Parts: sequence; C-alpha cells; structure tokens
Amino acid sequence: MSHTTPSAANDAPRTGPWRSLEERAARVAGSEFEHSHAHEHEHDQHAAPRPSNALLSSVEVARRDFLRLMGSSLAAAGAAACTRQPDERIHAYGASPEALIPGKPLYFATAMPWASGALGLLVESHMGRPTKVEGNPDHPASLGATDAFAQASVLELYDPTRAQLVRRNGAISTWSAFLDEFSALLEAQRASGGAGLHILTPTVVSPTLHAQLVALLKAYPSAVWTQWSAHNRDRARAGALAALGGDVAVHPDLSRTKVVLSLDDDFLAGPGGVRNMRAFAAARRARRDTQSMLRLYCVESSVSITGAAADHRLPARPSVLAAVAARIAAKVGVATNALPLAPEHERWADAVAADLLAHRGECAVLVGLEQSPEIHALAHAVNHALGAVGQTLRYTEPVECASVDQGAELRALVGELQGGRVELLVVLEGNPVYDAPADLGLREAFTKARVRVALSLFDNETTQLSNWHVPATHFLESWSDARAFDGTISIVQPLIAPLYGGKSAHELVAVMAGAPNAKAYELVRAHWQAQHEDDDFESAWKRSLHDGLLAGKRFFARSVAMANAAPKLSTPAAEGLEWVLRTDDSAYDGRFAANAWLQECPRPLTKLTWDNAVLIGVATAERAGLSSGDVVALTIDGSRLEAPVWVTPGHAEDCLTLPLGYGRTTAGPIGTGVGFDAYVFTRRSGAWSGVGAKLERLERKHEFAPAQEHHDMERRDLVRTLPLGALDSAKVHPALAHGETSLYPPHAYNGVAFGMVIDLNSCIGCNACVIACQSENSIPVVGKEEVINGREMHWLRIDRYYEGDPSDPRVLLQPVPCMHCEAAPCEVVCPVGATTHSPEGLNEMTYNRCVGTRYCSNNCPYKVRRFNFLAYADLETESLKLQRNPDVTVRTRGVMEKCTYCVQRIQEKRIGARREGREVGGDEIVTACQQVCPAQAITFGDINNPQSAVSKLRSEPHHYGLLEELNTKPRTTYLAKASAPNPQLAEGKGEAK
Amino acid sequence: MSSAKPTGAAAGAPVIGPGHSLASVTDQISKIVLSRQTPTGWFIGLGVAMLGVGVLITAVGWLLWWGLGVWGINQPVGWGFAIINFVWWIGIGHAGTLISAILLLLKQEWRTSINRFAEAMTLFAVMCAGVFPLLHVGRPWLAYWLLPYPNTMGMWPQFRSPLLWDVFAVSTYATVSALFWYVGLIPDLATLRDRAKSLVWKRIYGALALGWRGAARHWERYETAYGLLAGLATPLVVSVHTVVSFDFAVSVIPGWHATIMPPYFVAGAIFSGFAMVLTLAIPIRRIFKLEDFITMKHLDNMAKVILATGMIVCYGYAMEAFFAWYSGSPYERYMIMNRMLGPYGWSYWALITCNLLVPQLLWSSAVRRNIAALFAIAIVVNVGMWLERFVIVVTSLHRDYLPSSWGMYYPTVWDWALYLGTIGLFFFLLFLFIRFLPMISIFEMRTLVPATGEELPKKGLHIAASGGSSGEARRP
Repeated sequence: MSHTTPSAANDAPRTGPWRSLEERAARVAGSEFEHSHAHEHEHDQHAAPRPSNALLSSVEVARRDFLRLMGSSLAAAGAAACTRQPDERIHAYGASPEALIPGKPLYFATAMPWASGALGLLVESHMGRPTKVEGNPDHPASLGATDAFAQASVLELYDPTRAQLVRRNGAISTWSAFLDEFSALLEAQRASGGAGLHILTPTVVSPTLHAQLVALLKAYPSAVWTQWSAHNRDRARAGALAALGGDVAVHPDLSRTKVVLSLDDDFLAGPGGVRNMRAFAAARRARRDTQSMLRLYCVESSVSITGAAADHRLPARPSVLAAVAARIAAKVGVATNALPLAPEHERWADAVAADLLAHRGECAVLVGLEQSPEIHALAHAVNHALGAVGQTLRYTEPVECASVDQGAELRALVGELQGGRVELLVVLEGNPVYDAPADLGLREAFTKARVRVALSLFDNETTQLSNWHVPATHFLESWSDARAFDGTISIVQPLIAPLYGGKSAHELVAVMAGAPNAKAYELVRAHWQAQHEDDDFESAWKRSLHDGLLAGKRFFARSVAMANAAPKLSTPAAEGLEWVLRTDDSAYDGRFAANAWLQECPRPLTKLTWDNAVLIGVATAERAGLSSGDVVALTIDGSRLEAPVWVTPGHAEDCLTLPLGYGRTTAGPIGTGVGFDAYVFTRRSGAWSGVGAKLERLERKHEFAPAQEHHDMERRDLVRTLPLGALDSAKVHPALAHGETSLYPPHAYNGVAFGMVIDLNSCIGCNACVIACQSENSIPVVGKEEVINGREMHWLRIDRYYEGDPSDPRVLLQPVPCMHCEAAPCEVVCPVGATTHSPEGLNEMTYNRCVGTRYCSNNCPYKVRRFNFLAYADLETESLKLQRNPDVTVRTRGVMEKCTYCVQRIQEKRIGARREGREVGGDEIVTACQQVCPAQAITFGDINNPQSAVSKLRSEPHHYGLLEELNTKPRTTYLAKASAPNPQLAEGKGEAK
Repeated sequence: MSSAKPTGAAAGAPVIGPGHSLASVTDQISKIVLSRQTPTGWFIGLGVAMLGVGVLITAVGWLLWWGLGVWGINQPVGWGFAIINFVWWIGIGHAGTLISAILLLLKQEWRTSINRFAEAMTLFAVMCAGVFPLLHVGRPWLAYWLLPYPNTMGMWPQFRSPLLWDVFAVSTYATVSALFWYVGLIPDLATLRDRAKSLVWKRIYGALALGWRGAARHWERYETAYGLLAGLATPLVVSVHTVVSFDFAVSVIPGWHATIMPPYFVAGAIFSGFAMVLTLAIPIRRIFKLEDFITMKHLDNMAKVILATGMIVCYGYAMEAFFAWYSGSPYERYMIMNRMLGPYGWSYWALITCNLLVPQLLWSSAVRRNIAALFAIAIVVNVGMWLERFVIVVTSLHRDYLPSSWGMYYPTVWDWALYLGTIGLFFFLLFLFIRFLPMISIFEMRTLVPATGEELPKKGLHIAASGGSSGEARRP
C-alpha cells in the first residue's frame, strides 16, 4: 500500500524562505519526523488519509536523531534541488492481519438495517475495502440473497458526495467545536429534565440504540423521542390493534401455502421481499413431474412485480379494492358490510373466495402496508376465518423496538415546534423535512427549534435547515446491531474505518448521555454482554460476529385471537379520479435518490430510468387525451404539482400512482431535481390513497429515459409459457425439428463446459441481479441523456413484454445476459479477434485487443453487447476506485464489453481446484447474478457434468434456448414459464392466463 | 441547353465535336491547366470546398477528443452515418474504374473524354470513403491492428471477418486506382511539361512525367502497363463492392443476411457512380467549354447506363421483398414490413422514388437530351443511393430479433459535419485536380480526331489491351 500526501503543511517548510542552511535543514528534518510520526498514527487507522496536526514546535527531536536527520536532509536537499521526488510513503504490514492473503478477498458478516427489519449480509472485502455485498445464507431475512438496494449500498458508502465535514450553519466546523456547543446545550437542558429536548429518529430496529435512548430519556425525563419513517407500519398497526387488540406483525409461511391473496401487498419487492421471493419461487417451482403450485391472486391499484407474478391479477382502484376485499370477506364468512361492486369484479371475488375456502388452512390473505387500518383489520378476520393463523401465517411482535403511532408522534413534535417549545432538536438520520406529511408543516416548523442538530450521511433537506450537520457513518463503516423481521439479532460489523470520520447514532446518543468518547463498538458489545447469561461471552460474541446473527433471539409466534368483530368498511367517496402513493422501486422513500446505480436501474415494470412518473391506466389516459411524457397539472386536496404521466398497461383505471422519493432539492449531483416530489400529497391522516385527483393537461412534454421502448413480443417465440402438467408439450422450433443442421461436424467440448439456465417461472423481475452484476463487474453508469441515446451499459437486463389486453396484460419477464453461443455470431465478424471462444465454451472479450468496430454488437441477435461510446468509467474520483472489483478490468472508451459469466469467479474456483488437483465441480462456481437471486431463478455450472444442477435443468422438458432456431447454440438457456390458472377464472377470460 | 451543339439524335452523335484538329484538342485541354489566369470562380469554389475541409477537420477533432458518443449510434444501431457514407463513397468510385477499365477493354471509345476525371473522382471518393472506417472504430489509434503485420504479440487479424476483407479490398482498390490514374496521366504530364511556360511548372510536370519522351518504346511499355492495370482493375469493379456487401450479407441480421447483396451492391455502385460522373461532368463541360469533348453522346450513354443499373438495383429491392416473404421467417417478414411501414418508412419510399421512379424518365430520349433534367436526375440518384445505404444499415439494425432491444437512430450534428466535411474534401481535391492536371486525356482525345490527313500521330493509339496493334482502332 502506498499513497501520496501532498499536504500543504509538509511542503511549506521546504519551499518557504530560509536564512541559513541550518534553518533549512531543521525544517526538512522536522517535516520528515512529522512524516514518520504520521506514519505510525496511520498504521493503526487503516491508512485513512487525514490532515497532519503535529506542529513543528511541538516536536521534540532527540540530539542523535537531529544530527542524523540533518546530515541526510542536507544531502537530500541537494538532491531535491535537481529532481523533486514526489512525496510517497510505503506502508507494509509489519504484522499481517490474520487470514489476509493479498489478492484474496475476505468476507465479513454484517447487516443492512431497514425499518422493516435488517437484511443479513456477507460483504466481500479486498485488502480492507468492501467491494461487493452478498446475502448471508444463515440470516432468515436473506437466506443468501439480497435485494437491489443492498447491492447498491456499497456505492452509497463510496459516494464522493457524502457529507465529509462537521458543519455549523453550512460553514465548516469541527467535531470538538460541535461537542463544546452541544454539551453546553445539553447542560442547559439538564435543569429542566430535557423539557426542550427532542430526538427524532427513523424507526429504530437496533436494540442497543433503543436501550441507549431509553436510558437517555431516564436522564432527561421530560425529553421526547419521536420516530418517523415515511413508509411506516402505522396503518397495519392500527388494524392489528383494532382487530386483535395488540400490535403484531404478520409473517406468511409460503412453503405451507397453496393459495395466496394479496390485497395490494407488494410482498415480493423490497427488503422484506427477499425471503418471500425465495419461498414463493420454491412453492411455484415447475419441474417435469410437478403437479401443483402455489396460486397467487393479486388485487392492486398500481403495478408491482408481485402483481406481475400473480396467476390472476385484478387491477382495481382503491375503492374497488375495498369492495372486492369486503365481498371476499363476506363469502368466507366474515360479517361485514357489502359495498357496490361491478359484476365482473363480483365474479372474480367469488372465484377467489371459493378457491380460498377450498384451501382452508392452506391459504393466506396479505395486505399492503399502504392499505387502510380497516382493510388490515378485515384481513385479520378473514385469515382467522380461513384457519390461516397458526398454519400459513405467524403472528409475532413487530420488528421495531418501540411500536408507536409514528404519525401521531410526529404530529405532536410539530405541535411542540410550532409552539416554540423545542430548544434542541436532534435528528438522528432520516430526512423528515423531506418526507414528513406535507400538511403538517414540518418544514416551516422545523426552524422554530432553537438549535437543530442533524446526523446524516448526506447533505439533505433536513441538514439544510439544521444548525449542525454531523456526518454519519455508513452501516458498512460503523458498529451497530439490528433486528430482522423475525427478531433475529444481527451485529452490524464495519468493513472499513469511517472514510470521513463520521459518527454513528450510537455515538451521538452516547454524547448526549455524557460519554463523548464512547465508541460504537464498545456500546454495542456492552449492551449484549450485559444481556449475556452464561460466562463465556467472548466466544459467543465472536461466534455471532462470524455468523452474522446472535443465536436464539427469534421472536416467538404469538397466538392471537380476534378481539373485535370485523370492521365496517366506509363507503367510497363520490366518483372521481383516485390516487395512490407508493414507495419507488429505485429511490424507495427518497433515501436512494442519490444512488446512481439505482437511478439507472430500469424500474421493473415501467422500465423507466432516472425519473418517476404519474402512472396512469391505458383507458384513463386515452379518455384524458394523454400519452406518455405529457406533463399534467395534478391537484389533490388543494396541493398542486406538475408532473409527467407514463401510460402503464395493467394499471387500474380511474386511478393514478404517485411514486415517492423524487423531486429532492438537496440530494447531490445525482439526485437533485430528478422527478417530482409526490410527498406534497401526503397528509397528516397518513392515508396512502384517496379520491378526487384533478388532472389538467399542460402543453408540455417531458423526456423520459426508458431502457426498453418496445413492449410487444411481436408473436415471436421469446418467452415461452406452458400449462403446468403439460410442460413436455414444449414446442420445438420447426427449424430445429430435424435436429441440428450444419455442414460442419459439431465442436467437441471435452472437460468442463459452462452453461446457465434461467427459470422464467421463478424470475420475479426484482432487479437484484442487474445491480449485483453492476457491482461485481464495475459497470459504469451513463446518465439519463445516454440512456435516452440508447447506450446504457447493463450487462444483464430484464426484458419485459406485455401480452394481451393493454388494460390488464400478462407481464412476461426475461433476464437476458450474454448467451455465450457455441456458434457465436459475434466472434466471426470481429476483425481483430478480440472476442473469441474458450475451450470451456465461454465467449470471451479481450478488452485490450478490441478496437471498437461494434460489428460484434450489430451481429448479436440478443443485443447483449455494450459499447463504451464515451469514457463512461470514472477514472478520476478516488473514492469510487475503492469500490471496483480488483479482479475485473476497468474498460476504457471505445471498447466493447458484455457479460463474462463472471469469469473472475470462474478463475478463482479453477485456481483453487487446480491446487487441489481436481476438476472444478459441477455447481462450484456461482455467478454474481445467481448468488444474489432471491428466487434462485439462475443456475450456473458444468453442462458436461450430468450431476450438476444445470445439466439436470437442461434435461427438463420445458427447457429451451432463446432464438435457438438461428443455430447459435446458446449456452444460456431458459425454462419456460408455467401457468396453473384457476379454471373458473381462466374460462371467463377466454384465454389461459 | 444553348451551348450544346445541335448534334441531332444523341445516339448517333459523334464523341467529339466537329472541326477539331489534333492541335486544337491539345490546346483546348492544356490551356485550362497552363493558363496563368485562374478563373475567379475557381477560387470561390475552392474556398467553399476548403470550408468543407475545415468542417471535416473540426468534426474529426471533436470525434477524437470525445469519442464515438458524439455520433448518434447506440445500441442496437451500432453503425450509422460512418458506414452509410463509406459505402456511398465507395460506390461512387466504381464508375471511374468501370469507365476507365471495363469500357477500355470493351473498346468503348466514347469513354475517352470522361475517363480521366471519372478516375480522379474514383480516387477522391475512395479517399473520402477511407476516412470513415478509420474513424468509426472506437480506438482509431489501434486501427492498424486490422493489418496483418508481424508483431511481438504474435497476433494476426481474424481472417473470417468481412471487415478485414474490406481492408484488403479497399486498400487494393485505392492502390490500383491511383496507379491506373497516374500511369494514364504520364503522356499528358509530358505534354504539359513541354507546353508549360514557367520553369517551376516545367520542373514539376517534368518530374511527374517520369522522363516521358513519346518514344516508340515508351508507348509500347505504356500500353502494356495500362492494359495490365485495366485488367487488374476490372475484377475490382466487381469485387470491391461485393466485399463491402459481405459486411452485411455475412451477418445474421434480417435485412443484411441475403445472397442478393453482392450483385445488388455492384449494380448500385455503378448506378451511383455514373450519377456522380454526370453530376460532375455537366457543370464542368459547361464551365470549361468542353461541350466538344464531352458531347451529348457521352451524356446519353451514361444516362442509359444509369437506367440499366437502376433497373438491376430495383430488381434487388423486389427480390429483397420477395425473399422476405418467401423465406417464411417472421424476422425477415417483419424486417421488410418495418422498412416500408415502420418509423423509417419515409426513407424507404424516398429511396424507391429516387432510385426506381425518377430514373424511369430516362427511357425518353428527350429527357436524355435535356441537360438540366439529366443533372437533376443524377442528383436524385445520388440522394437515392445514399438513402439506400441508410435504409440497409439503419432499418435492419434498429429492429432485429428481440423487440426489447429495439431502438431508434438519430444522427447528430457531428454525423452531418463529418459527412459534409468529406463532400468538402472531395470537391477540394477535385478543384485542385481540374486546375493542375488535364481533366480530359489529351492524347487519347487526339486519337478521336477524325483523320484529316493534316497531321497523324506516329504513335499514341491506345487500345492496347485488345492485343492487336493500335492502328486499326483509330479509324472509324
């Protein structure tokens, strides 16, 4: 390791005026001593560059050292006069850290905290820098997979626009200056018991932080702790309280479920979706002799990947959704009021209810967090009536350490603020100024607090209005702990020392508790040591760090009975355009708006990048004379917003979806000004939907950047679908009916032959593989303009086709990496031999040899090749260099690139196998997309090995190759999507869904 | 056109105006070069062309600085203006070679007055074409890797790639064309050397004339060499555009992968080349008062060639559509429907108008005799052939197999700048050529002068490739 520190402080003595040689020598000697001093200091700090604070005057130089240094310095001064050597130092590991082999990555268990529970991770670390996030197979929320957000978190860590300095009213300050003022403020609060002290946090899932806050509130009994996360559980909580008398969380066990009804619950998406996707895909896996699979019904107002995965999806605006829910509830025997319903919806509801009743005890009804408390309560009643509770559903205590009505707490805080009773407001992460309900007026009230302190990873809307901004640590650089959905505790281990000297929430709360020097590590460890019962805490601690979770900390299932009768649903308001708010698949609640990977990741269904859009149904748009890109003035409940619409097939009619998380005003160069801010429509009531939206078309167009512009398969045989039970009816393309046709004898692949099979029945389209590939292979981001130009760089894309009626189409998804064709059209046309075939069947790309004719890309029928039209790779920004995978070449301008089947991972395993004198195992190599896939839709391995998983899948009857009639002999192949519709509904539709 | 001599039916018209003697031919052609008085129009023309060269240099500089992203190409349309323009320029060049080599071998003596500048046009067109393949690669500084040269990497080019064949085809073509043109110039350079008044020009033309004295042995060697080069150039007329068409035909892309491509490209090349010769010849004969040398007969013949090759090209269009249907392949069928009715349908119908409908006017001899109409048709054909390449390159790529990857291609200002820049370069070179070299072969024109007995050249009959002695061909 080496680096240069062109520190002005060090250079000054050499270049400044000097009166005698002695003085000059002393200066040089002093600066050299300072160097060696800094060296020692840095060695234990993992070489984080820091300004030197040793002053010359304070340096005591021993007499011998002085003479020695003076002599050498004089000589050096003479030499330096000729050629000025750069100021470089080399750090060697005097004692190498245990287990570190240069060039070999290490993996550490940690966890990504979410309001809905932590996601356990294993993070790959190269020589002390985390580069790639993987799921922790032992963690119940991850099971070895992650979502796209976790994949992108490593970019957040290295984001060069992260807050790097303590700031006071925007001006650079220091941690010690902050401590001085903060301590004084706290001291002033102590007398009143903290009457003017308010702490605002997002949902706390860290037991240590919770304990710290509880202790702090004991010290300041009048202080108030408020929790606010925009996408909170308030409505689910209220529903549980109403129906069951207590707050519980509902966990489906999909492995035991035959029929699932989702009432607008996007349970396959987001951080909580990872484990659900695994179970869902497993329950729907279609193989040669599979007889049945889980059936999913989905009623939804917006479009979601869960809806796309459903066997029967009913697009229904919120009022219809409530009526459908009421009808189904009544049919399964729950006493509730009937709401008016159209006959076709009635028929749908009756068929679903019949199917649910036929699977009593094997079915479950799931409700989205955005739904009203009444629907939640109704679903509890339905689940009880269907015998689901205890069978397919498990009730546990909620994941948050303190279950509260967050909306009410925030309203109370705003009341205090408006009353001028808040002396000191401490915001521990989160961005309440941006994401609080618009009509609360938090933005205006915020500045009424006398002193605002914000701890934040980034400069954001909240820090803009704060007096103090303390940079926070990323979860990959600080100690913490977090509960998973089921109560499992993970220790959040840092992978790297804080890049910019940030502080964690633990440390800031410790400061408030009077321990300014407490380290997060000690706080977390002490918390669990205090709870540890037997003697050997050390080994238990080590074990939990290694495993990524503490043993035996799961919630127990609660048996809860219905406490109250099912609620009466309120009759929908007058007719009008309805609207729903949704978190975004890329920006979430706004937290990831500045993440370039996520911004450029095509949204699963709209395929939009770098934008949010008012989603509108096809017929509704037609009636309003709108087409995609038209800007409308949208008025809801007195709030007005100008935003572009995106006509979305399958979206419920007479309804709009407003994705949250955009229109940020302070989100760095990536996120600022992208999209529109739908939070203006949030209300203190906490409703995520409503009626009475007014649209007015403006004569203006917005330019979107969709990654896919054509949505029809054009009757081509691309995504195959087959009825379950008739998978062997998979049609062979007529061109291949007579077997292979070639004038040449087939090429023999002896030994290992790599291949990949993608199960289209499992793929849900969550995008985790897309970002995993980007992270693993250092794929650059190109920006909105270049996406519009059609130059996005993703090596792995997910094609999305619509089939059937545009107002309710069937969604077909198909991940498309390089096919690694055995007869690759790209290889023959490259004039310089830059893309060639390996003996194992990899279609290899030699970047160094590529001159960039793009002929290979033209001749690729799958269009999976990606060209560096401009210098996309950022070779300048220091922090981004740390993220890159050292085993992957960074591609320059003018070079073609594409999926390599993660050749670096192949090499790693191959080297390992060769050392052991054996062939690589059939399933030994795991590609990045395969590893991350929560649905286990991707299988990779040796197709020559009959025992490997991939060769077994290749012998399935519904196995096929994309465009195989071209005789490209693709190595990446697919399993057809299976369908098992409810015959009652399928007949009515006229075609098998 | 008023300046045209009343020559009666063009078909029966002579290939040289009446009343010319050997001396008047030499005088009239060489005085364009040797005149001290440069016409103001020439300076204006050269200035405009130099502006074009300036645009070219700017476009190339901008491209090299930023990369290919300044163009409109993308995924899936990896090739755009660069390849369209390359094929277009190469095609234009073909007429020159056809006129000088094939028509020579076929003893079409009407070719004599147009072969020199047609060959120059070939050379300049190939130079303009050569700009594009070099610049269209992502890393042009490594483009030499396409050449098979011994190197320490032990790497050879990939000989299966049609792009590599292109390198050989185009470089051979450029070399042979340059040699053919230069060898043909030598006797005239000697004439200029002898007639030049200024010592500087005497020296320059003298050096270029390679010591030509018009000796019998010189003529013998000359005719052997010229005949051999004509023999070499003849297959190139067919092979170069055939190889260029392989860039498309060898691929798997619907609309490219077709056996019709080679003959269709060759016919298209001759079609566009003759159109370009007409485009150039019509103004030149007017400006330099060469109506006696480039007569209506020439224009008439070229119009007929355009008509004939145009019909072959249209047969190609018809076969493309037929085989798209006959193949039964949904991809091919979609391709042709998309060409006709898709977002770039306008370009297909414009192409059909330019290349199929408008040239039909040439059936009429009245149109063939109308110089303004001929000029307009030639321009239309030039545009049409450019559109043909646009249709082939863009509409095939923008919607191929997977609808998910379909896209659109919009050229940027830098695409246009480079294209216009090469047109500027072409005219820049052409203006230099007509001022400093005889644009019509003086000694060959002399062979067309009807024998009056006034003065007979001892040698200089130049139909050597037919193998016989040159005497009899001179006499009509």
